[in-house]
Amino acid sequence: MSGQSTYEPKTAFERWLDTRLPIVRFGAELLDFPTPKNLNYWWTFGGILAVCLMVQIITGVVLAMHYDPNAANAFDSVEKIMRDVNYGWMIRYIHATGASMFFLAVYIHMFRGLYYGSYKAPREVLWILGLVIYLLMMATAFMGYVLPWGQMSYWGATVITNIIGSVPIIGPSITTLLWGGYSVDNPTLNRFFSLHYLLPFMIAGVVGLHIWALHVPGNNNPTGVNVKSKQDTVPFHPYYTVKDGFAVVLFFILFALFVFYAPDALGHPDNYTVANPLVTPQHIVPEWYFLPFYAILRAIPNKLGGVIAMFGAIAVLFTLPWIDTSKVRSMRYRPTARLFFFLFALDCLILGLCGANPPDAHVWPGVQGFQLLDSNINSYTWLARVATTAYFGYLILVMPILGLIEKPLPTPESISSPVLSEKKG
Amino acid sequence: MVNTVATNPEGQAAPGQDPNRRDFIYIATVAAAVGGAASVAWPLIDQMNPSGDTLALASIEFDLTKVQLGQQVVVKWRGKPVFVRYRTPKEIAEAQNVDVSSLRDPQSDAERHKPGKPQWLIVVGICTHLGCVPNFGQGEYGGWLCPCHGSVYDTAGRIRKGPAPLNLLLPDYAFLSDTKVKIG
Repeated sequence: MSGQSTYEPKTAFERWLDTRLPIVRFGAELLDFPTPKNLNYWWTFGGILAVCLMVQIITGVVLAMHYDPNAANAFDSVEKIMRDVNYGWMIRYIHATGASMFFLAVYIHMFRGLYYGSYKAPREVLWILGLVIYLLMMATAFMGYVLPWGQMSYWGATVITNIIGSVPIIGPSITTLLWGGYSVDNPTLNRFFSLHYLLPFMIAGVVGLHIWALHVPGNNNPTGVNVKSKQDTVPFHPYYTVKDGFAVVLFFILFALFVFYAPDALGHPDNYTVANPLVTPQHIVPEWYFLPFYAILRAIPNKLGGVIAMFGAIAVLFTLPWIDTSKVRSMRYRPTARLFFFLFALDCLILGLCGANPPDAHVWPGVQGFQLLDSNINSYTWLARVATTAYFGYLILVMPILGLIEKPLPTPESISSPVLSEKKG
Repeated sequence: MVNTVATNPEGQAAPGQDPNRRDFIYIATVAAAVGGAASVAWPLIDQMNPSGDTLALASIEFDLTKVQLGQQVVVKWRGKPVFVRYRTPKEIAEAQNVDVSSLRDPQSDAERHKPGKPQWLIVVGICTHLGCVPNFGQGEYGGWLCPCHGSVYDTAGRIRKGPAPLNLLLPDYAFLSDTKVKIG
């Protein structure tokens, strides 16, 4: 914390409590936290994410009151929630859609951090904690998707746990350990339910650390220059509580559109068929938020190599604060880096497209193409390989080299100065 | 010696001196904590492994008269599908007329079935890539085609094309009689 507490206990009770458990002081300091006055709407996604986590925990606790984590009953109990439990359909749709909304918000939050250089010193630990939250979110979402025990649940779980089996020597034993048997079955469902209930609270714990790590250096801001004086900041409350609150309202409108008008738009119809261990659906795809990683997995023709590339795609993000050599945080003042950033964002979308399509399908219909090594050049396999190369190329090559050779635009002296000079002009 | 050690007010043994009682308590406590944590960790991990009742279901018997010539029957064994395939003479001939050294996972047809029973091919119906169930009779080798990532298996269940690294696994099984097998 900044240590400039202005809290004065006003009542006798507050004075008494303040010397025993200074919880009111703690809350007052959080609200009074000096925040850069130029934060734009991309900064509201932190608050939106906190709300997403609460929505998922509240709806999840309610769903657990009606759900039966037994392979024989799980699918039927979800149908019971949808048909018979009062408002069960709404609570489940909020929870299922909420996962997608959570990932939408987290991706915007991460790309905002990339664009404005929020991962650079002194915010490395803040960035790493954010990635830990992201990993926990992925594990939680994956296990939650298994619980309805539909065909996609079952076969998604089978494919992902088999991925771990590709680790040399210990892989198969780990897979058996995760399954608790010889295949995905009742023991697997039970433990996934247990962990799916646990992990959100671990996320909440790491979110606490994330906010703590935020409050030590304070917020980054769209100019990327440090806060120089009190003139550059406003108190968090009421300025950003209101701004974040307004953004949450807008976000909830989008959320509600999905929940009430297109609740299954982001899901897969195969998951309304009960899990059958003897029949694999024709086309297995993960949820949209995993598609880019699925594309990287399939782009590599070697099983273990694909797994390494997929995990590497996230692991490399942990090193970002050190492999980005540019001292300028905000890409507002890095025109070349900005161009590469938008190409990178486009590349992630292309990877998502590759993950959503069968590997052998033609990218441009009607174009015959030709065979290159193992696949047609006009297939999603090759597009995914090009896009995977671009993904790692941006992070491992462009980031360190560009920081050394580019000539950034002059950065403003302080957060206030660009605003003041605009007024003068 | 005991007297000098017990009266050492620093609580630390100087070099060359015997360790005193505080050192002993310190080391014993840490050793108990580490040993205790390690011995509790294993039960907490091993509880996730297949339990006794799961292991008890590990073998089944199957009546082969249920399978028609040229067809396969899918049996559920240990929660996964096992293909019991009654191969036609043509399919057996196709499986035998392959240059074994050209295969990704080289195995002759004779290694894929029990001696004297070439018509019965019994394999685990799990693609060795990422665990999907391959479809019977599809793919260019007349064996199986995996719908997930396009692995192609021949009539001996050997991998011929696509991303899977290995042939379809052979379960442990034995013929109890001409018409009965025990799988597992």
